[in-house]
Amino acid sequence: MNTDTHAAHAGDHHHGDSHANAHGSFSTYMLGFVLSVVLTAIPFWLVMSGALPSKQITALVIMAFAVVQIVVHMIYFLHMNTTSENGWSMMALIFTIVMVVIALSGSLWVMNHLNSNMMPIHQMNGMK
Amino acid sequence: MSPDLLKLIFGRLTFESLPLHEPIVVGTFAVVATGGLIMFAGLTYFRVWGYLWSEWFTSVDHKRIGIMYMILGIVMLLRGFADALMMRLQQALAFGGSEGYLNSHHYDQVFTAHGVIMIFFVAMPLVTGLMNFVVPLQIGARDVSFPFLNNFSFWMTVGGAVLVMASLFIGEFARTGWLAYPPLSNIGYSPDVGVDYYIWGLQVAGVGTTLSGINLICTIVKLRCPGMTMMRMPVFTWTALCTNVLIVASFPVLTVVLALLSLDRYVGTNFFTNDFGGSPMMYVNLIWIWGHPEVYILVLPAFGIFSEVTSTFSGKRLFGYTSMVYATVVITILSYLVWLHHFFTMGSGASVNSFFGITTMIISIPTGAKMFNWLFTMYRGRIRFELPMMWTIAFMLTFVLGGMTGVLLAVPPADFVLHNSLFLIAHFHNVIIGGVVFGAFAGIGYWFPKAFGFKLDPFWGKLSFWFWVTGFYLAFMPLYVLGLMGVTRRLRVFDDPSLQIWFIVAGIGAFLVFLGILSMLMQFAVSFLRREQLKDVTGDPWDARTLEWATSSPPPAYNFAFTPVVHDNDAWWDMKRRGYQRPLTGFKPIHMPSSTGTGIILAGLATAMGFGLIWYIWWLAAASFIAMLAVGIGHTFNYHRDFDIPAEDVIRAEDVRTKLLAGAK
Amino acid sequence: MTVAVNPTQTGEPVFYLADEHPHPEGYSTSLGFWIYLMSDCLIFAILFATFGVLGGNYAAGPAPKDLFELPLVAVNTSMLLLSSITYGFAMLTMQQNKIAQTQIWLAITGLFGAAFIGIELSEFAHMIHEGATPQRSAFLSAFFTLVGTHGLHVSCGLIWLVTLMVQVWKFGLIEANRRRLMCLSMFWHFLDVVWIGVFTFVYLLGVLR
Repeated sequence: MNTDTHAAHAGDHHHGDSHANAHGSFSTYMLGFVLSVVLTAIPFWLVMSGALPSKQITALVIMAFAVVQIVVHMIYFLHMNTTSENGWSMMALIFTIVMVVIALSGSLWVMNHLNSNMMPIHQMNGMK
Repeated sequence: MSPDLLKLIFGRLTFESLPLHEPIVVGTFAVVATGGLIMFAGLTYFRVWGYLWSEWFTSVDHKRIGIMYMILGIVMLLRGFADALMMRLQQALAFGGSEGYLNSHHYDQVFTAHGVIMIFFVAMPLVTGLMNFVVPLQIGARDVSFPFLNNFSFWMTVGGAVLVMASLFIGEFARTGWLAYPPLSNIGYSPDVGVDYYIWGLQVAGVGTTLSGINLICTIVKLRCPGMTMMRMPVFTWTALCTNVLIVASFPVLTVVLALLSLDRYVGTNFFTNDFGGSPMMYVNLIWIWGHPEVYILVLPAFGIFSEVTSTFSGKRLFGYTSMVYATVVITILSYLVWLHHFFTMGSGASVNSFFGITTMIISIPTGAKMFNWLFTMYRGRIRFELPMMWTIAFMLTFVLGGMTGVLLAVPPADFVLHNSLFLIAHFHNVIIGGVVFGAFAGIGYWFPKAFGFKLDPFWGKLSFWFWVTGFYLAFMPLYVLGLMGVTRRLRVFDDPSLQIWFIVAGIGAFLVFLGILSMLMQFAVSFLRREQLKDVTGDPWDARTLEWATSSPPPAYNFAFTPVVHDNDAWWDMKRRGYQRPLTGFKPIHMPSSTGTGIILAGLATAMGFGLIWYIWWLAAASFIAMLAVGIGHTFNYHRDFDIPAEDVIRAEDVRTKLLAGAK
Repeated sequence: MTVAVNPTQTGEPVFYLADEHPHPEGYSTSLGFWIYLMSDCLIFAILFATFGVLGGNYAAGPAPKDLFELPLVAVNTSMLLLSSITYGFAMLTMQQNKIAQTQIWLAITGLFGAAFIGIELSEFAHMIHEGATPQRSAFLSAFFTLVGTHGLHVSCGLIWLVTLMVQVWKFGLIEANRRRLMCLSMFWHFLDVVWIGVFTFVYLLGVLR
């Protein structure tokens, strides 16, 4: 783990500049903004115009756009990189993403199975 | 006064809310109130309020906060154990047409309160307290990353405990079981304040727990002394890191689930109702996403304590340090993949159940690896059977048993038979008492001299140990048998007279544990009286291995006059071996955080807000909320939160230690 | 300055720092705040999971198609996006030590944030007026809670923003205030990330359903 460098130089950071160039510049902010606008506009347009032939495809496409836009925000606005805080920020992020995926997909999977086992389809129709 | 006005002022709190018709509660109240009054009068008479306020309540010193957590945990242990004794007595009596001595209204509150208190207000404070006290010392730091936040977290935990305790005398506690499953906990079936006490008690304490988790992660990541790489951290610090990662990653889930339940109760939403598309099983699913990691939050630090104790009292370096670390990390991740084993019977079907059954069994592998590491550490070691080591050996025997029954329960078909039976009760008490409680006691015995400067009295300690261990086995082995015979949990009366003998044996076991607790209190008292004979002047009474033993007992406010530099896993052992000389000159002023009363004020307001929400006293809730906001924002206008301990004070403190050390030789 | 971790020339190992500097104030703050954001992220994850499980249970009540007006959501999204870039400008001017400009950009950010909250509240009011209350169905309970929690976070961000503007006005762009602006920046952009999830999963996929 690359925290070893940190520990070895623990006395070395009294100027507290671990974020020296972590704020980005005008051009990176603008690039991020333009990308986000595009990545927001396309999904809205896709859904509002119904441009794609099937709903499933549209759904998959806009989900892909959301993922890309989240990455864009992370890089250009939140300035995520693998070096800030000796990589601990990135590690925390990756860990959180794993937890989010487990909790989200796990709950959906578990509850979906429960519903299909305990509430057969013909009953479900009446419930909705 | 008109009823409307009364309702505006007091919400649904009326004179009838006080349980004056319950003689047991009134009696308890009388005892508690008398005891409280005597203590209050005593504190006033000896004029220690000022001292307590300025040196303890407002202190941001991680050692004092850690000690306060431990005191909270032990006080709440008495309450939680009183509940346990009441249950054991009830179940031993209620046979052959007898109703026992507790009515169902009361009995249901007792078992709910027992579970909630033991997990949230005994095990959690004990574990958090030990981590708070030990971790900064073990990594050679002066304090935690956010000392004010630490104080605030502690008082939020106290706030939650106060709300749960208040439910005993004002209104009632939940009658739902410790996880308050809906639809029973919904407003339709639990219209009283019990579940609201539960919700707000846990929410207030939960905020504190989450913040303290963030705090300790930052401390371990950022404040390690030079040379202490990740793979040179003591194992207890490693387990503390993993535990706090689990806290931060799981307590938000609890917060959300309880918030959704309170929306159902207060606003009338339909998350967990039976109508309008709500799903009670979603609550069960979500709360166990928090609940299973919670189990590991409690037991991982205990594993850390046993690791420290085993290597210290075997006089050997811990066997398989690297595998210990990886086992801890693997458990951390896996603990997130097993939550469904708490509700196999829900009906998710074979594929879901087999997945979670298999992940559950896999988790026993790293745990088993740890067990062998401890055994190999002891192998050919020069073992000293001091009290912490005795607790460790009792743990190893007991926990293996509990773990085996856990693997048994992980098999879904077996779980369908044993679900919600006393077998389950026996299993989790077996791992929690055998793991967490024995671990906390080992930790207390081990670090007590560090905290107070004198060792605990071994006679009363050993007495307590034997009462606890025999009491535990007598109390819970019968429950395994009863569970296999099909007796379910939370029953108040029984028909089959052949079962009674088992409950009587279990009751005797619980009584032995009671004697164990009394002996432990005696141990504290006797040790205090004999503190001169038991004194630890060296700062290293056990000939131990990690950094916390490098400083004096009790450590000075600044922990280390000079920040240590580490070259080896067992840093202090390495220093002793290589002829480390304690520095006697060159002391400088030390920069430290200052005390503040903001934490206790904010937590008090949060508790008041919780109380207002429980009783529908809306003005109180709103006013406390606004006051909290104001105090919180006001606090951010204070930019001067630290001070320097002058060099003269450091010199004075270190000179005292030099004299003590000279006298010891 | 580097610390002699290895044995010195004389061969004697160094066991303590004779000359040390305390950690600078706020040394752990950005990591601590980041970890807090991660825990907040899990709060939203669970709300998303709840919406995912219960979002189809209309209980014979209104469905997303009947309720959501995508143009309004698009306007709202643009408010939040604009506030993100203006906050970025505030951070850039802060680095150049321009107090007045920083304050102006912060104020603009606050206005966009307030506009976002205003539009969201009017949307809620409209829905409730039409009988689509949080009590109507599990879908609506989950919808109001998820979107409302995000709105609550933005509102907290606004209170924090105003507080910080006062503090910058009173004490200037001192180190502590810069650090706080930095944390709020992370908070603000984080809320934007969450909103991406909200408009995609709740609104767009809801209308598609």
